[in-house]
Amino acid sequence: MDRPLTKNIRKDGQPVYLKEYEEKGGYQALKKVLKMTPKEVTEVVKQSTLKGRGGAGFSTGLKWSFVPMEGDFKHKYIVANGDEMEPGTFKDRLLLEGDPHQLIEGMIISAFAIQADIGYVFIRGEYTYAAEIMEKALHEALEAGYIGNKILKSDFNFDLHLHTSVGRYICGEETALLNSLEGKRANPRAKPPFPQVSGLFGQPTIVNNIETFCNIPHILEYGPEWYQKLSLTPGDGGTKIYGASGKVKNPGLWELPLGVTLREILEDHAGGMREGLTFRGCLPGGASTDFLVEQHLDIKMDYASVAAAGSRLGTGTVIVMDDKTCPVGMVLNLIHFFAQESCGWCTPCREGLPWTEKILRKIEEGKGEMKDLELLEFQTRFMAPGNTFCALAPGAMEPLQSALKYFREDFINHINDQKCPWKIS
Amino acid sequence: MLTALERQEIEHEFKLYPYKQAACIEALKIIQKHRRWVSDESLLDLSVLLEMSVEEIDGVATFYNLIYRKPVGRHVILLCDSVSCFIMGYESVLEYLISKLGIKYGETTPDDKFTLLPVPCLGTCDHAPSMMIGRDLHRDLTPQKIDEILTKYE
Ligand SMILES: Cc1cc2nc3c(=O)[nH]c(=O)nc-3n(C[C@H](O)[C@H](O)[C@H](O)COP(=O)(O)O)c2cc1C
Ligand code: SF4
Ligand code: FES
Repeated sequence: MDRPLTKNIRKDGQPVYLKEYEEKGGYQALKKVLKMTPKEVTEVVKQSTLKGRGGAGFSTGLKWSFVPMEGDFKHKYIVANGDEMEPGTFKDRLLLEGDPHQLIEGMIISAFAIQADIGYVFIRGEYTYAAEIMEKALHEALEAGYIGNKILKSDFNFDLHLHTSVGRYICGEETALLNSLEGKRANPRAKPPFPQVSGLFGQPTIVNNIETFCNIPHILEYGPEWYQKLSLTPGDGGTKIYGASGKVKNPGLWELPLGVTLREILEDHAGGMREGLTFRGCLPGGASTDFLVEQHLDIKMDYASVAAAGSRLGTGTVIVMDDKTCPVGMVLNLIHFFAQESCGWCTPCREGLPWTEKILRKIEEGKGEMKDLELLEFQTRFMAPGNTFCALAPGAMEPLQSALKYFREDFINHINDQKCPWKIS
Repeated sequence: MLTALERQEIEHEFKLYPYKQAACIEALKIIQKHRRWVSDESLLDLSVLLEMSVEEIDGVATFYNLIYRKPVGRHVILLCDSVSCFIMGYESVLEYLISKLGIKYGETTPDDKFTLLPVPCLGTCDHAPSMMIGRDLHRDLTPQKIDEILTKYE
């Protein structure tokens, strides 16, 4: 089995519900886990070398191991992050809508590992189909005794609820997400304390991405060695759901071994560029990753290789820019998004992003001056990591700083000609 | 005044949280489900029920994109204006919607049928451009398709 995450997903787009999930071997991993100790489960996940699929790529097993296992806690919580609002990212939707029980089983096993008694599936408000499907699947799991009290006649109790959000990109940041679950404005929290120690309602909490949880049942069922071998990159286990959008022939999602090359994704799976268009660059893992260009096509799409090329694997969903798309216009679109979605908590981001948007709009509209380029470069330093309260603003600077590097000529042409070369008239 | 049903639904939410203020977002969602939007008067009613100040509740209400603090039409059109839809030409879809409905972002048609709003990436970027109307997702949009889609809504 080389595609564990998507093996059940049906071609007709219909969700796999409980009966079908069980027929295809579902909930066997949970049965196995309930005979293990929590510590053993965490250890297996650690050995698998699974890294979080939400963007930051932190070791999942290591994260879990920070949860205190001794002591008296009112509750411990586990939260699946299905906010998925990063532009260009659409992989968690597939898992939520296609195979809801895979996520549920992954969450129950993860809850067992940290001995959490309450869980939430946090889904963005616009994912109305996913919410309906999850609601039904959660009901089935409760009826069948996979969640609730004394799961499968063991001593383990775990309640799992669905929470639909009301829209805001910052809700995806894990501490902001916790504030949102508590009914508050979704501003991020100061760390430390880390959520593993003091998270939801002040209790130990684990937040993982949807795709991360979906890996868990397979790791427990087939073991860490098997999981590591799925990948082409040693020390970076598993498959990854990669995707491509933009003017490629066949945009979509594919589950592939971690570490396939960017070229393989764009040419073999996405089918290359549409007729008459040329590849100019791409954001390899969503809106908050640095541009990669032609010279990077043969890099491996794993965490370390993409970082070595000056970008981030991020969510693994590639946004492709063609030669008929204006790089200045594209970066303006991205910065507009980040400026709108800034939570307003810290000054560099709240003031810096709208300022950056204004400069970019001026250049795109043919009113730019050469000194604006220096001003844009200043912004990328001003909102660099460490200067803002959370990673939103530094993320916003990634496509901008790399565009200034790789597409500088296009910025200069806009300024020299006092118009956007891609606009007719 | 909150209706008995609204009150009942909100009070049910209280049971799911350690303290009732934590149900603030759920309470706003319930009001919006029944009234399409959240008025000043509703905030006042909620402040009594949740034992929170109006300002605090409004701080929450105005933070989130999908809580409407102004009246909206029967169907809210959320047009994705993010990067993949930009590359795939959402701007021509926007122009078409504007000319067809005669409204701009933030406005409602005179018959109270549609409100037009931008929304960040709808997570269906391989089928850009995209939009939602109410709870429905519409993908691979073209002006011709929009004509067809809009007729489905009363
Ligand atoms: C602005 C911002 C938005 C984020 N949005 C998401 C998101 O939508 N989904 C997600 O899984 N992680 C998101 N993250 C990352 C989370 O903070 C967190 O690292 C992640 O959920 C942890 O899960 P993982 O370890 O399984 O990747 C976001 C981070 C930032 C700074
Ligand atoms: S960087 Fe932006 S999103 Fe993050 S806390 Fe500061 S203002 Fe909020
Ligand atoms: S950018 Fe429009 S759906 Fe993702």
